[in-house]
Amino acid sequence: MPSLTLLGQSVLGGIFVGSLYGLLGLGLSLSWGMLRQINLAHFALAFLGAYLTYQLAGVGGMNPLLTLVVIVPAFFVFGVCLHALLSRFAISPFNSLLVTFGLTVMIESLIQSLWTADYRRLDSAYSLMKFKVGSLYVPFPELLTLLLAILLSGATWAVLRYTDLGKAMRAAAEDGPIAAAFGVNERRLALLLSGFSAALAGVAGLCLALSYTLAPSQIYAWIGVVFAAVMIGGLGNPLGPLVAGVVIGVSEAVTMALTAPAWAPLVSFSLLILVLLTRARSI
Amino acid sequence: MRLPAPVWILGAGLLLATLPLLGLPAFYESFLYLVFYWVVLATSWNILSGYSGYFSFGHGAFFGAGMYTTVTLTASYDLPFLWSLPAAALVAALLGVGIGGVVFRLQRLRGELFALLTLAVTFVLATLILNTPIDGGPGVSLAAVPVPMLFTSLSSTFYILALALAVATLLIARGIYHAKLGTGLFAIDDDEDVAEVMGVPTFRYKLLAFAVSCGLAGIAGGIHAMFVSYVTVGETFSIMVPLTVVLMSVLGGSRHWLGPAVGATVITCLLYGFTAGNYPVAGRAAVGLILVVVILFLPSGVLGRLVPRRRPARPTTASPTTTAPAMVPPAVAAAEARGLPAAQEPLLELRSLSKAFKGVQAVAGIDLDVRRGEILGLVGPNGSGKSTTINLVSGHYHADGGQIRFEGRNLAGQPAHRMARAGIARTYQIPRPFAHLSVLQNVALPARFGRAGLDRAAAFDEAWYWLEFTGLAGKAEALPADLNLHQRKFLELARALASKPSLLLLDEVLSGLTPGEIDHAIRTIRQIRDLGATIVFVEHVMRAVMELTDRIVVLNYGRVIAEGRPDEVMGRDDVVTAYLGKAHA
Repeated sequence: MPSLTLLGQSVLGGIFVGSLYGLLGLGLSLSWGMLRQINLAHFALAFLGAYLTYQLAGVGGMNPLLTLVVIVPAFFVFGVCLHALLSRFAISPFNSLLVTFGLTVMIESLIQSLWTADYRRLDSAYSLMKFKVGSLYVPFPELLTLLLAILLSGATWAVLRYTDLGKAMRAAAEDGPIAAAFGVNERRLALLLSGFSAALAGVAGLCLALSYTLAPSQIYAWIGVVFAAVMIGGLGNPLGPLVAGVVIGVSEAVTMALTAPAWAPLVSFSLLILVLLTRARSI
Repeated sequence: MRLPAPVWILGAGLLLATLPLLGLPAFYESFLYLVFYWVVLATSWNILSGYSGYFSFGHGAFFGAGMYTTVTLTASYDLPFLWSLPAAALVAALLGVGIGGVVFRLQRLRGELFALLTLAVTFVLATLILNTPIDGGPGVSLAAVPVPMLFTSLSSTFYILALALAVATLLIARGIYHAKLGTGLFAIDDDEDVAEVMGVPTFRYKLLAFAVSCGLAGIAGGIHAMFVSYVTVGETFSIMVPLTVVLMSVLGGSRHWLGPAVGATVITCLLYGFTAGNYPVAGRAAVGLILVVVILFLPSGVLGRLVPRRRPARPTTASPTTTAPAMVPPAVAAAEARGLPAAQEPLLELRSLSKAFKGVQAVAGIDLDVRRGEILGLVGPNGSGKSTTINLVSGHYHADGGQIRFEGRNLAGQPAHRMARAGIARTYQIPRPFAHLSVLQNVALPARFGRAGLDRAAAFDEAWYWLEFTGLAGKAEALPADLNLHQRKFLELARALASKPSLLLLDEVLSGLTPGEIDHAIRTIRQIRDLGATIVFVEHVMRAVMELTDRIVVLNYGRVIAEGRPDEVMGRDDVVTAYLGKAHA
């Protein structure tokens, strides 16, 4: 049995990893739940964002946080263009998975040809910054991830729930043609949502670059567990991925602390299987 | 002369089997081994996923189960390599049956959810194998395990093994495609509920297809374990195996038995061509681009676009069935020839039948007899439980309590396909044809799976008869989407009749039709009764109810409130109140 401090540090680490699951899952959940597109390329896009942060901050010397000023608008435009292209074809959710897998492979190849397959690590003033709370250490990059995840999930939830824009989006997601008949510009909303989702990938990319070592092959390492967070959180629910992500992150961290790190995937995927089996009707 | 496909496959297989005799460099054999390996994986995946629409992302799990079965049996228990292959198939198939036995019982767990669930199973299995002595972490080497020389060299041995498995897999996939199992699986893809109601044992079929699919993947895994000779969890259970397999099948066309093999060959060659060249990264990007373009422009795959499903020709012999003009009432002799029984005692007895939906008691203890040969009208206001009763008797819903005695046997609680086989057929208020099957195939399906249980040829003859009867013969080759509402309602009718039911449940066949079309439909229903069928007729068009029915039963709030001759019952005060409210007087 590990000491309480160690366990506490594990739980904290789990919360931080979980918030990144939630941040990555937020964009995925929105496009899946509201656009009926399973956007596998979201992960590749997040890694492209991470590499851009690495390039601008690590090589170009920008403040890592300021790179968002460049990345977020650029990714928004990319997301809009992507949906403008895809919406010309009537594709089923399953085929959207395959199309965006093709896109993932293309982005991965782009990353590999620009930055090689070697590991890259962003060294910035933030990467070593940490606070001490009681006997626990709180690293700044992870804390930033948590705050961004809470802020963005909460803001998305509030916009969808309380504003006219959000209500129109939910109506369009529920039944597009009917919403259109009541004057909702479904097409423009879908473009907006797709752009927003891509911009979220850019933000997640910043968090990845600050906390993790980057390699193109790492794109695929996140897919399974983030999908689990999205499904457990409920499709299209903006708060779901964060909550589910933190639950998964903490249970993984505790499993790792109590047994061996290699057992961690068992927790998240058993959880996913359980949710699918028991809640299949309501998803 | 056209050679049948099995001859073709076997011939090509034998020809390819002579390749090692040419003494080519081992490289060619290894490359072709990879082609066959992917052909087997993609084709086996397609047997469940392509045919029935249950897209699995867990093919890596079954392939990996086979791989580690061979690894364990040969490395730890010294079983000869070839003997481990049947065990690999068995372990993978049992794993599939175990998962399917749980998952297929859940309705609505399809599409993306089934894909995710099978993917999650893959990762769970990988974690278990990684952390137990089966692997233990660093991987297992099979270098010390002897491989029998089937030919002159090691590479030829693997080449021949993979070739044999590929030939067998293609034969099995084609066999299922044309067999009753394949027809049932395609119907499941289009509309699983309707398939079950028409007599397809959906649970059993899905399980069987899953077992075959997993078993073949297991053998491929067993062979591949020895081919790579060093097996690691990371390589075996990566997400790339299922993704590649899905990509190959969709590219080639997952609704065709040969589609995945075509896709597998193209992609393996492409990947090899690019990675062997000077620009491996650009090659990967190109494969990604091809995937995007193909899915966007050819969503049903190369073969799905080029090769439409083969349809049996209209019977050319002038048999009495096809010469019968559509709308002339056939004689009673014809009715007996078509096997519709005619007698007098009750055919169906409902006893205190009940069904609730989340507190709404839709059917609250109905007692009802349906006599042989009568047309019983089931009427009542909206929400009175008419359609629920139909859904209970056809097995679409399961009753909460009570009995459904049909020809003396209680069928309550039985799966819907048993009801269909016992001789109960129904139509849907909103037509639910199988969208990807032609009108003819739609009608032939219940003839094959329902009470009649005809073989393929006889089922198509039967289908032609009922298409003529309902006036749809001219549309036999069309897809249901090309029909108008009137024609779709008649397609529903033809489908129900083709199973030669002893009890026909008609759920608002007349709603939405014009007055002229209603007259036509009433004449048709009369003819059906003259053929000896017993009919339960749910309808809001009162003119049709009064003209057609021998007896009516009025429901209100899930209970029988009146029963008797139409003119008597419809004059009763309580019935009029139920329909029009208290103030009618």
